[in-house]
Amino acid sequence: MRSIIKDGQITQDSWQVLRADVEGQYPTVAADVDVIVPLALWLADKPTWQARAGQTAVWLAPDDDPQLLATDLDRLPLVAVDFPAFTDGRGYSLGRLLRERYSYAGELRALGDVWVDLLHYLWQVGFNAFEIKDGKDLDGALSGYDTFTERYQSTHREPVPLFRRRVTSL
Amino acid sequence: MYRYDEVDHRIVRERVEQFRNQTQRFLSGELTEDEFRPLRLMNGLYVQRHAPMLRVAIPYGHLASRQLRKLAHIARTYDKNYAHFTTRQNIQFNWPELARVPDILAELAEVEMHAIQTSGNCVRNTTTDAFAGVAQDELLDPRAYCEIIRQWSTLHPEFAFLPRKFKIAVSGSVEDRAATQVHDIGLHVVRNEAGEVGFKVIVGGGLGRTPIVGEVVKEFLPTRHLLTYLDAVLRVYNRFGRRDNKYKARIKILVKAMTVAGFAAKVEDEWQHLKDGPSTLRDVDVAHYASYFTDPAYDVLPSNPPELLEKQAAEPAFARWLERNTRPHKQAGYRSVVLSLKKTGVPPGDITADQMDAAADWADRFGYGELRVAHEQNLILPDVRERDLYEVWQLAKSQGFATPNIGLLTDIICCPGGDFCSLANARSIPVAEAIQTRFDDLDYLFDLGEIDCNFSGCMNACGHHHIGNIGILGVDKNGEEWYQITLGGSQGSHTTIGKVIGPSFAQADVPLAFEKIMTVYLEQRTEGERFIETVRRIGLDPFKERVYAKHH
Ligand code: HEM
Ligand code: SF4
Repeated sequence: MRSIIKDGQITQDSWQVLRADVEGQYPTVAADVDVIVPLALWLADKPTWQARAGQTAVWLAPDDDPQLLATDLDRLPLVAVDFPAFTDGRGYSLGRLLRERYSYAGELRALGDVWVDLLHYLWQVGFNAFEIKDGKDLDGALSGYDTFTERYQSTHREPVPLFRRRVTSL
Repeated sequence: MYRYDEVDHRIVRERVEQFRNQTQRFLSGELTEDEFRPLRLMNGLYVQRHAPMLRVAIPYGHLASRQLRKLAHIARTYDKNYAHFTTRQNIQFNWPELARVPDILAELAEVEMHAIQTSGNCVRNTTTDAFAGVAQDELLDPRAYCEIIRQWSTLHPEFAFLPRKFKIAVSGSVEDRAATQVHDIGLHVVRNEAGEVGFKVIVGGGLGRTPIVGEVVKEFLPTRHLLTYLDAVLRVYNRFGRRDNKYKARIKILVKAMTVAGFAAKVEDEWQHLKDGPSTLRDVDVAHYASYFTDPAYDVLPSNPPELLEKQAAEPAFARWLERNTRPHKQAGYRSVVLSLKKTGVPPGDITADQMDAAADWADRFGYGELRVAHEQNLILPDVRERDLYEVWQLAKSQGFATPNIGLLTDIICCPGGDFCSLANARSIPVAEAIQTRFDDLDYLFDLGEIDCNFSGCMNACGHHHIGNIGILGVDKNGEEWYQITLGGSQGSHTTIGKVIGPSFAQADVPLAFEKIMTVYLEQRTEGERFIETVRRIGLDPFKERVYAKHH
């Protein structure tokens, strides 16, 4: 069990992320664990994943096409997006696409090089769960939610941009 | 001028606190160098040759007198009494101490300024025509839109970590004075057949190691769709721009790889899902921002008042300054004054704290408390009554601001080069000075007429050398500093990338090469023909022959 941040709280979490090793091989997964599998493995054999005793979720790499998951989103308890480096911002666009274009309503989790300085941005584009990188302060990361108490743009959390709210309230 | 409301203040204050916290975590070892670098860059903080360098945003080049006074105060208190205006309408401090940068930011926040996104792989400070709002040829005052873009781009949660930096320029006038064709996105205001105003959207321009003139992805974008369309372009770039190679990461490479048509189609597809969404601008929204940029209460004045004409006739030096350093204004009886930061012997764009205070005082006394920063690295008093011009000239002279060289060969655009920048291949400041000294004779300089000379210390092209009529690029040959000359570049509505004339020159030979180029021009020009027009007409060969001839 590891601790993650979910919906603004630190919680215990049992999901395992299935990642290829250096040779590109995937470890075997016990049938009863909850596992987050890469998109390609999911697409290759959905029925088998769904027949397992444990739950199956899917993670996207930054260059994955979220449209490939569009028809599965209703059934997935969790979708994760990997941030191999915190400077790789593609996952922010994936987050918005999943939420706004494909209307995904379940848990959206950020994996990888994720820590306090990114939390605000990730939350705004639609992520609600964060696996904080090993070695980074987990408790302190919670403060990332309210680094900014207001923002200018239309985002998933606040679709009405500030300029509209401003003018409407004048 | 835009004024912050309480929300703008809050966002900037929160950003200062966030950065203070990040700096402390770095200094205490909690953040590694690699982790801190992108975070500090997003706040305009470089680590340079001598000290950190802090780049402060001057959104679309608009500056209030109280802001300029604050910059003077910062130069005095935290730096060595001067600062440097850049080609991106920003200002740089060359010697701040890292631990004090958060304090500088807190001081800037008091006057509604910040360093947000002045560097790093995010949307940078939006630039525009330095004469926006006062130019005679304006179709639409671009400033309200610049401010709307500034807000949209500030801390945009989706676009904080793009593949590479991203620059947007807006031009509201017929003649493009914002170099829109060499930006990641250029927005050029146009009118369609129905008389509506919109933007021509140009994407994929840029200088640097791969200079490219941008291409049109949308001929006419109604103004209300501005932000949803920008979101679509940025999303396509964010997702598909290359991240494996920093030199191929700009949007220009993506546009080339996809072809403009392919890129435009992809954007259009994305836009269909965003169009008419909540970011669509309503008339009331635009009116709200435009209300900050209304004309000041101009006096009703005659054009060319007799006292001006008298002085002009009596004092040739004043007449010269009037001709070069003032520009026509949309309001009769007014002109815009360009304070030259190109005095020989002073690095182009450098300004002292005392000069800043003086210019701020003149902005209050002779104008409406506003100034502009031009991308040519000069400072502008946008609204000066013609009857005050003589006095302004005298004051400008007393501060070393009155070199009558705007648009002439010695008005050199120049990056800081090897004297300050750790990326430089060669120094630019002393070479710019050598050129200025060589062309010190004002009659000769005036006779040469308008020539843009742009100078970069390395191929990053901070000095925009590719679009100089005559450009200089510092190159490194076996650890020695050499200088490559390009000809035929131009900015504006017909932007062209200059061509290299041949092998590069040793530092001492650059002024002579310039002189030979000018001699060819003087011999070949037709009546009234500008330098760039002669170059375009006769091509590079006559220049090459003269410059590289053995026995001249
Ligand atoms: C001394 C500190 C500076 C550093 C370390 C620096 C760094 C860089 C780098 C690395 C690039 C290339 C980015 C690319 O690949 O496109 C660049 C481009 C640029 N810089 Fe600077 N720069 C500095 C100062 C300046 C100054 C003083 C100016 C203005 C006078 C400036 C304006 C620009 C511009 C306009 C470009 C754009 C070229 C384009 O359009 O692609 N920079 N700078
Ligand atoms: S062009 Fe090169 S030398 Fe000049 S400021 Fe830019 S990075 Fe430095």
